Amino acid sequence: MRRPPSLTGPLKGSLANIATSPLTPLVLLLAGLAMAMGLRLAMAAERLVADLDNHLVAITAGFTGTELLLFGSIDGDGEVVVVVHGPKEEVVVRRKDRVAGIWVNQDEMTFRSVPAFYHMATSAPVAALELPETAMKRHQIGVQHIRLRVAPDQDLTEREAFAEAIVRNKTRVGHYSEQPGRVEWRGGRLFRTTVLVPANVPVGTYTIETLLVENGEVSSAQTTPLFVNKEGFSAQIFRAAHQFPSVFGATAVLLAAFVGFAANWVFRKL
Amino acid sequence: MHIYLPIAEMSVNIFLILGMGGAIGMLSGIFGVGGGFLMTPLLIFIGVPSPVAVATGANQIVASSVSGVMAHWRRGNVDVKMGMMLLAGGFVGSTGGVFVFKWLQTLGQIDLVIKLSYVLFLGIIGALMMLESVRAVLRSRRPSAGGRGKLHEHNWLHGLPFKMRFRKSKLYISALLPIVVGAFVGLLSAIMGVGGGFVMVPAMIYLLGMPTNVVIGTSLMQILFVTGNATFLQATLNQTVDILLALLLLIGGVIGAQFGTKVGAKLKGEHLRGLLALMVLAVCGKLLFDLVLTPDDLYSLGAPGGG
Repeated sequence: MRRPPSLTGPLKGSLANIATSPLTPLVLLLAGLAMAMGLRLAMAAERLVADLDNHLVAITAGFTGTELLLFGSIDGDGEVVVVVHGPKEEVVVRRKDRVAGIWVNQDEMTFRSVPAFYHMATSAPVAALELPETAMKRHQIGVQHIRLRVAPDQDLTEREAFAEAIVRNKTRVGHYSEQPGRVEWRGGRLFRTTVLVPANVPVGTYTIETLLVENGEVSSAQTTPLFVNKEGFSAQIFRAAHQFPSVFGATAVLLAAFVGFAANWVFRKL
Repeated sequence: MHIYLPIAEMSVNIFLILGMGGAIGMLSGIFGVGGGFLMTPLLIFIGVPSPVAVATGANQIVASSVSGVMAHWRRGNVDVKMGMMLLAGGFVGSTGGVFVFKWLQTLGQIDLVIKLSYVLFLGIIGALMMLESVRAVLRSRRPSAGGRGKLHEHNWLHGLPFKMRFRKSKLYISALLPIVVGAFVGLLSAIMGVGGGFVMVPAMIYLLGMPTNVVIGTSLMQILFVTGNATFLQATLNQTVDILLALLLLIGGVIGAQFGTKVGAKLKGEHLRGLLALMVLAVCGKLLFDLVLTPDDLYSLGAPGGG
């Protein structure tokens, strides 16, 4: 778990004037809690520790994608698997058929809780992990093991073709990657991997699962959250458009009318 | 330099968008058309989701028609009474169109309907313009041939009730005619993200029999209010107006239009129309080709309830 780095600074300062501060009981309580947490972490002596260099991806007006660094260490032997799951969404898959010469959407199937983003990285080839099929499915290792639940009351005869279409389409826009990335070792116990976040990354809460694999089974696991949010100017526009749609629409019309008006005025003066 | 479009949810090169706005502004300056019929397909080609392209296209036309209306207003080329009748129909048409749009979105057929409408209308209008300009070029080579037809032709359209006098257009026709034309163009505006000038101008000249000098100004007045209405409703119902994208297109557009007007003044009328017809047919051909060609992937993803 990442401890907020700002905690130690103010804590030291508070301890210095501990006698005079009216917030003394609160400060003491916080200090106690922090110590207890540290102690608990140390005692647990996790065999696997992993963290991200940044837990927040802010999509601002100038966002063109970014790269996240996931790093950590293991105690003992084993291989590391990192699986990144995007927020869950409902997806309708539609299939085109030729009708009178042109291609028209015909059959459709709705899937529930489809991860909007999926990425995986391993420190060894997937086959070399010797994980049983059940474990691969449970931890959703590899795009073919992503859990795609079909919404109720649907014809399931062609489920496979539609499910494959999800993976194929998401891969094409860069939201899924079929080829696993690489987890690199640094001096035997330390590992690191980079997660490429594309410019069109879906927003929401992500979970990054780091697994330690030993002798064909998952011996330890850690989950790290990642938040992808729209921030700044573009976020304000998006919120305005969804929270006050009619005000937003009126603004858009007036703005356009104003620009047209201004352009007319400027070019008449030139 | 890239910028993230908040509603289209994609990152685009700012100069690409400015350039597109400029190029289409220039064309609209040269040919005296709104350019919406080129803007919306172009936005779809570069990857903007078609609902966003349509709604943002309508928003962009608001700006270009404001400056057009002002220029024509000063010259007294706007028939306000006729414009009001067109507008009455236009509001009904564009409001209905936005609801139809939302309904088609839930069915997953909006992309198809947008593209088919483009193929149909661009095909008809492009072919007609081509024929007309070829004939005009041929006629100008043989000056003796051809002659001027009657100013008004009387047919069953003049027998419709609710007759009204339009002084500026020197017409005495049924008010139902401009209302129906306006409603139809309003519907197109909402579904295709166009001003509809390319449908309305021929309809006003040939169907209503309006004199050409008031046609452009009056149609621009109708386009201004109808696209304004369509933008407002698209933003309210579908949240698909990307104000940032519209603004970038506008800035390129107003600058391009000024240069276009100067270029247009140097070209001959019938050549101009021939060129415009070629362009319209090219866009139509490309869209038709995409519909007929077997797609790379027969399957596509969408969000439930649209998108």
